[in-house]
Amino acid sequence: MLKLRGMAALAAASSLFVAASAGASWEPTKPVEIVVAAGAGGASDQMARMMQLAVQKNKLMKQPIVVSLKGGASGGEALMYMKSSAGDPNKVLIAYSLIYMLPLSAKIPFDWRELTPVSVVALDEFVLWTNAQLPYKTVKEFTDAAKGANPPFKMGGTGSKREDHVLTVFLEKKTGAKFVYLPFKSGGEAATQLVGNHTQSNVNNPSENLEVWRAGQVRPLCVFDKDRIQYKGKVTDTQSWNDIPTCKEQGVDVQYLMLRAMFLPGKVTPEQTAFYVELFRKVTQTPEYKDYMEKQALKPIFLTGKDMLKFLEEDDALNKGLMTEAGFVAN
Amino acid sequence: MEALELLFFGFKVLLTWKILALMMVGLVLGIFVGVLPGLGGPNGVAILLPLTFTMDPTSAIVMLSCIYWGALFGGAITSILFNIPGEAWSVATTFDGYPMAQQGRAAEALTAAFTSSFIGSLVAVLLITFLAPGIASFALRFGSPEFFAVYLLTFCSFVGLGREEKHKTVISMSLGLLLAGVGMDTVSSQLRMTFGWAELYRGINFLVAVIGLFGISEILVTMEERLALRGHAASISLRVVLGVWKDLPRYWVTLLRSSAIGCWLGITPGGAIAASFMGYNLAKRFSKDPESFGKGRIEGVFAPETAAHASGTSALLPMLALGIPGSGTAAILLGGLMVWGLNPGPLLFVDHKDFAWGLIASMYLGNVVGLVMVLSTVPLFASVLRVPFAAIAPMIVVSCAIGAFAIQNAMFDIWLMLLFGVVGYVFKKIGIPLAPFTLALVLGNRAEDAFRLSMIGSGGDLRVFWSNGLVGTITTLALVLLFWPLLARLLGIGRRRDR
Repeated sequence: MLKLRGMAALAAASSLFVAASAGASWEPTKPVEIVVAAGAGGASDQMARMMQLAVQKNKLMKQPIVVSLKGGASGGEALMYMKSSAGDPNKVLIAYSLIYMLPLSAKIPFDWRELTPVSVVALDEFVLWTNAQLPYKTVKEFTDAAKGANPPFKMGGTGSKREDHVLTVFLEKKTGAKFVYLPFKSGGEAATQLVGNHTQSNVNNPSENLEVWRAGQVRPLCVFDKDRIQYKGKVTDTQSWNDIPTCKEQGVDVQYLMLRAMFLPGKVTPEQTAFYVELFRKVTQTPEYKDYMEKQALKPIFLTGKDMLKFLEEDDALNKGLMTEAGFVAN
Repeated sequence: MEALELLFFGFKVLLTWKILALMMVGLVLGIFVGVLPGLGGPNGVAILLPLTFTMDPTSAIVMLSCIYWGALFGGAITSILFNIPGEAWSVATTFDGYPMAQQGRAAEALTAAFTSSFIGSLVAVLLITFLAPGIASFALRFGSPEFFAVYLLTFCSFVGLGREEKHKTVISMSLGLLLAGVGMDTVSSQLRMTFGWAELYRGINFLVAVIGLFGISEILVTMEERLALRGHAASISLRVVLGVWKDLPRYWVTLLRSSAIGCWLGITPGGAIAASFMGYNLAKRFSKDPESFGKGRIEGVFAPETAAHASGTSALLPMLALGIPGSGTAAILLGGLMVWGLNPGPLLFVDHKDFAWGLIASMYLGNVVGLVMVLSTVPLFASVLRVPFAAIAPMIVVSCAIGAFAIQNAMFDIWLMLLFGVVGYVFKKIGIPLAPFTLALVLGNRAEDAFRLSMIGSGGDLRVFWSNGLVGTITTLALVLLFWPLLARLLGIGRRRDR
């Protein structure tokens, strides 16, 4: 017992020493809450759990991470929660395109500029998928069939007036095909509805359709990016992510990437922001992160500071343009 | 018998001291979170999930699923002893369980609840064992029209088969549907009935409402009537247990019917909540003496508990085989699977045999061990009842408040809970049933989405609800149940109920 206490004292002393030597650097004194703007099991939740695991396994931080799911109001709950937590350095949001889109479509009083950007940690792809039992092998075969279809082809997606819906509208504009868009609650639901033949297609992220693709139930037609996905490891018996052509190669120039970025609430100090920039930089170097990126076919990226701000402003303008053109901006 | 072989393989994975110890720990934790109203299975599993990160997937899922079983058992304790459903699917258990406790038959009611939980789960696990390979294709037949038809069936069975006056049931259900509309509408991506108030964006959480409607209003009613919590100490003696078990065979029809409903709704996935209500209503409908339901009839405990647990257990099947979580807890387990690097889907049973079959084997073992544990620890939990009301009431209110807060970490929810407490009190006074209200609040949103997606898909054609054999049968059955009292009178086949 005495020995234990001695060790604890030693540990306390050494941590004091570290704190003193690092000067005025800040670190969390309470458990850090990763705020997820989506439901349990969704892509953001999985990413938060990966970070929780990476931080815990690699001992990147003394305080534990807790994941808090605030998926109410299609993620709007998380945005308002972050907005009202100004000055609290123990909350980090995993943001995605909803930070641009939700304020436009649902008139939620939120602007990402009120939060503190920390880093962009990944970019997510979108892929056009169809049911494997349908005969279409290329985008052209598929959209040609869609043009003449009666009843019209159904396109499943996550939510209304969001990424999937915008992509559907632009696919229609570029090809002249018409789809009936069905807004499901999650990508998982969109995947099962496609497999069950209740829809003809969806534009899910790779991770959302991964398992049904491996099981041979869906077929990828093209990826909405300017380059192919980099991962060349076989996912199914015959194909890798890299084998999926881009939509541009197939003559349909529609591109869209979704950011995955970390934000602190507004009004935190530069020291606090610096701590998290460093933390997430370390997270992106862990094997857990690298595995996760490959498994989910995400594009690795790490942006922070000025680069991140520039990226966000451009991405915001792009999204706003798309939303306006699609007619999804509420009056 | 490929299934049996795989099952034995699963047991082989399980039978190590480490896993058995984790199982016990999980069950105790589970019963504990199940007893606390509002904390419940999903939250318990969510809070304890990080504990399992360092374990291997099989140990982790065994422990988590045992927390789940424990919570399922524990939820029945508060429903029966305090009239506070620990979980949404325990609501129907309070209808007869609480009156039984009031009559001093708490031990009997608890034994009945635990035993029927056990039976329900067992039937579901058996089903999982033999259907696991083939089930995926059936669940895939469910599109939006099919989902809506199932919800419609639940609503209609409530109106048509309920004992309460029809117009009061409809009023109560309509109010529930109205409140279910608060918040974000996913189909149009618009906010509804939030009046610009950010706290209402996420909608009204069903559990917050249930804790208030049942828990707080019960305290209010008790305070008004007399300062004593009605209900008697429960200590389960072996004699009571054996007595209840001896009578079990008499209720085999009810048990079988509820198991079937539960399994069906768990897989499809209509959910344990719908299953428990439907199980209860059908037991009442087919009973020779429907008037005695709601007054402390043991069958009224058997029916919902069996259905809820059959459903809660079988909900894991679509989760494993399709990645569709049939319940909140299943959704969190789903998140866990992914952390451990397992992807649920049709290939899980092929790629990760030890995991999938280890989990299925743990369902058998966890249930048996769980039953023994709850039966022996009930006196502990029930001894709370010997404490005077003046001391216990504040504790219940505090525990309700913690539960309501913990669901979404929101202070606002505590105020909402108190408000629902008053609403529940008023409803009880003017004789409006609470159950249809809660049912509508849970399923309203999903039913609406399913209906609107069906309409978007069919271009507004209602015939989509008769577009294939499956959906047509369910829809027709729903309408028959809705008009059952009328039909029965017209055809002269119903027993005359207005004696």
